[in-house]
Amino acid sequence: MADPQAPSSAVAAIEAVEAGLAAQGYIASRQIATAVYLSQAIDKPILVEGPAGVGKTELAKAIAAWRGLKMIRLQCYEGLDEAKALYEWKYAKQLLYTQILKDKLGEVLGGAQTLHAALDQLHDFGDVFFSKEFVEPRPLLQALLEPQGCVLLIDEIDKSDAEFESLLLEILSDFQVTIPELGSIAAAKAPTVILTSNSERNLGDALKRRCLHLHIGFPEQKLEERIVESRVAGISQTLRRQLVAFIHDVRTLDLKKQPSVSETIDWARVLVLLQAAELGHEVVKDTLNVLLKYESDIEVALPQVTSFVAKAQRQNIFG
Amino acid sequence: MQENLHRFFRAARGAGVHVSPAESIDAMRAVASVGVADRTVLRDSLLLTLAKSEDEKKALGACFDLFFAHVDPAQAQAEEAAQRDATQDQVPAAPQPAQPPGEQATAELGPLARMLLAQSTTDISAAIANASSAVGLSEIRYFTQRGLFSSRMLEAMGIQRLRDDLDTLTESNPAHAERLQAALDGLRETVRDAVAQALALYGREETENLRHEILRNAQLSRIEPRQVAAMRALIRQIARRLRERYSKPRKRQRRGHLDVRRTIRRNAAWGSVPFLTAWKRRHRDRPKIVALCDVSGSVARVSDFFLLLIHSLHDVVSDVRSFAFSGHLIEVSEILETKSAEEAMAEIMDKVGFGSSDYGASLVDFERQFMASVTPQTTVIVLGDARSNKLDPRADILKQISERAKRVVWLNPEGRMTWGWGDSEMPRYQTFCNVVRPCATAQQLERAIGDIVAAYQ
Repeated sequence: MADPQAPSSAVAAIEAVEAGLAAQGYIASRQIATAVYLSQAIDKPILVEGPAGVGKTELAKAIAAWRGLKMIRLQCYEGLDEAKALYEWKYAKQLLYTQILKDKLGEVLGGAQTLHAALDQLHDFGDVFFSKEFVEPRPLLQALLEPQGCVLLIDEIDKSDAEFESLLLEILSDFQVTIPELGSIAAAKAPTVILTSNSERNLGDALKRRCLHLHIGFPEQKLEERIVESRVAGISQTLRRQLVAFIHDVRTLDLKKQPSVSETIDWARVLVLLQAAELGHEVVKDTLNVLLKYESDIEVALPQVTSFVAKAQRQNIFG
Repeated sequence: MQENLHRFFRAARGAGVHVSPAESIDAMRAVASVGVADRTVLRDSLLLTLAKSEDEKKALGACFDLFFAHVDPAQAQAEEAAQRDATQDQVPAAPQPAQPPGEQATAELGPLARMLLAQSTTDISAAIANASSAVGLSEIRYFTQRGLFSSRMLEAMGIQRLRDDLDTLTESNPAHAERLQAALDGLRETVRDAVAQALALYGREETENLRHEILRNAQLSRIEPRQVAAMRALIRQIARRLRERYSKPRKRQRRGHLDVRRTIRRNAAWGSVPFLTAWKRRHRDRPKIVALCDVSGSVARVSDFFLLLIHSLHDVVSDVRSFAFSGHLIEVSEILETKSAEEAMAEIMDKVGFGSSDYGASLVDFERQFMASVTPQTTVIVLGDARSNKLDPRADILKQISERAKRVVWLNPEGRMTWGWGDSEMPRYQTFCNVVRPCATAQQLERAIGDIVAAYQ
């Protein structure tokens, strides 16, 4: 089945994805790059799950920037419905036009001799009001109408209601939507769809089946160092290494909220701003609130700071 | 490769990963586009297309490693191509050994004997592979089938002929016969390993289901220590299922009557032409549960599991108050809400557990301090064997409770037969309960809790 040329070119393509994303400042693991490549190759949306702040949304942005496409974002929340996500009729415009056209009504019906003929003419008149002119496209429809294709980010799908998922199914599998009055509208060019979820609730099987399932966890030490390197300008190698080692130690603690990559980057920026060349006991204590967002977490971490810092410094010597 | 992928899907199902036909098609499209040369890419692609959760990814990853440990994807493809050309009527397709060792006697031996004497490992493993596909080894499901599959495989490889050969050799060439016998023992072992590995790959789910089924119906109070961990996992699974089933948002029934006031207000912008409608929301009873759990020595094991289930009930139902008692009664809601299941259970058992039970005193405690928590919306669940050591049962307090509450449910870990015997006060309490159920196995526990929660949906 697989033609012998495919493997090497596929690997090359995956590497190209890695490089392309890296150029946008997104350091992707091999698995992420494979997912992005596959979503192109077999036309499937990617469902990205993982803790907050590991770069799920960033991935969509990076893909859009890399491929020079527009990004359309749909933020999900409880109660999100068709009218807000897909399309809505421009009621006000319809009403306004009816008012303006009131005088014309006589002309429209003027020629009709019988009630039947008048009804027929009114019928045509009505169809005008439910045409494309009066449709207000919302993010999902916008994404389909984009002539160059786009990256459609459906953010935090787990926050929406279960009913909303069913609404997505047609788009995810066929890249089209059906508006009863107008018929099906298919995508001009299939958008690259990224869905993100923090696993707040379990998503339906139907939705999962239509997507590639990518789990982004906390990155490995080496990868996280590269991420910090690309995102934080002017950070010394020593500091970078110690900082990442320290954070990996912090993640072993029993915390309410584990520091994620976005916190790592914030912290690194703060430390650079404070002109710290190295991780020190004092500076860590003073800036721990950047890394940990709960008072109770800081209390848990504080007693460990000294030993973690020492460990991070040691690692730098040998590592 | 296609055949290998299909076998892999079967193995994945065995590992508990749900692989539907649609998913297998996706996986095959993915494999077609990335190829099979790079093992990490292949692994990632299969994980991306097949696994739908973090747990499934782990299981599938392990399955992949086990499966492709002995199948080299690239080589398998080459082999498949070779096989298509070759005629493969005879099983085993034993290639002629290049140089039969020693005497001409070997020439009269059957193919299997010749192969064993030649000691060519590649030929033998090829023959085992052929035999396993001939007997459908990937159909193996239960560990009880191991013997059957082993002997079928040996038969497919021609052990009958080998036995004859052994007989003739013993007479003509005892030394050779001895070597052949040793080789045969080795072969038996290899086949046994192959079968065991196949069972690990394809049989996991069924074996697990069987074990679960047994556990589900086992008496909670008689669980052996080594099964406790598995039982806990099972109870967790039950709790998760209950949670999934009952914590879904229930919007559909909400639409009832048109809310005229809100509709007019909402459409004021369009001259009150009602484009948008607003509907009245029906209010439902806020579920309220009060759970009283006996943690005395006699039912300690059962209450352990019950507390575990209550612990997860706190996630499903917003208003649960839990109490634990043996000699006296304390409220444990906060412990269950803030601590992890294990910690909470240890703390509760530490505080009131393992004592000798005194239902009367415990009910008095409840009456004095917590009677106000029982309202006409409350379901009161009592879990206990109602054995009060001949002390005053104070059934009158339960009567009061049942008068205040919506209903009282009593779950008893003993069978109906024993109620009222010895110091069991069950018949006295029973009069004041709306529902009384024996609740000795995990399955009964699941049903009972499911019914209680369902009453609120």
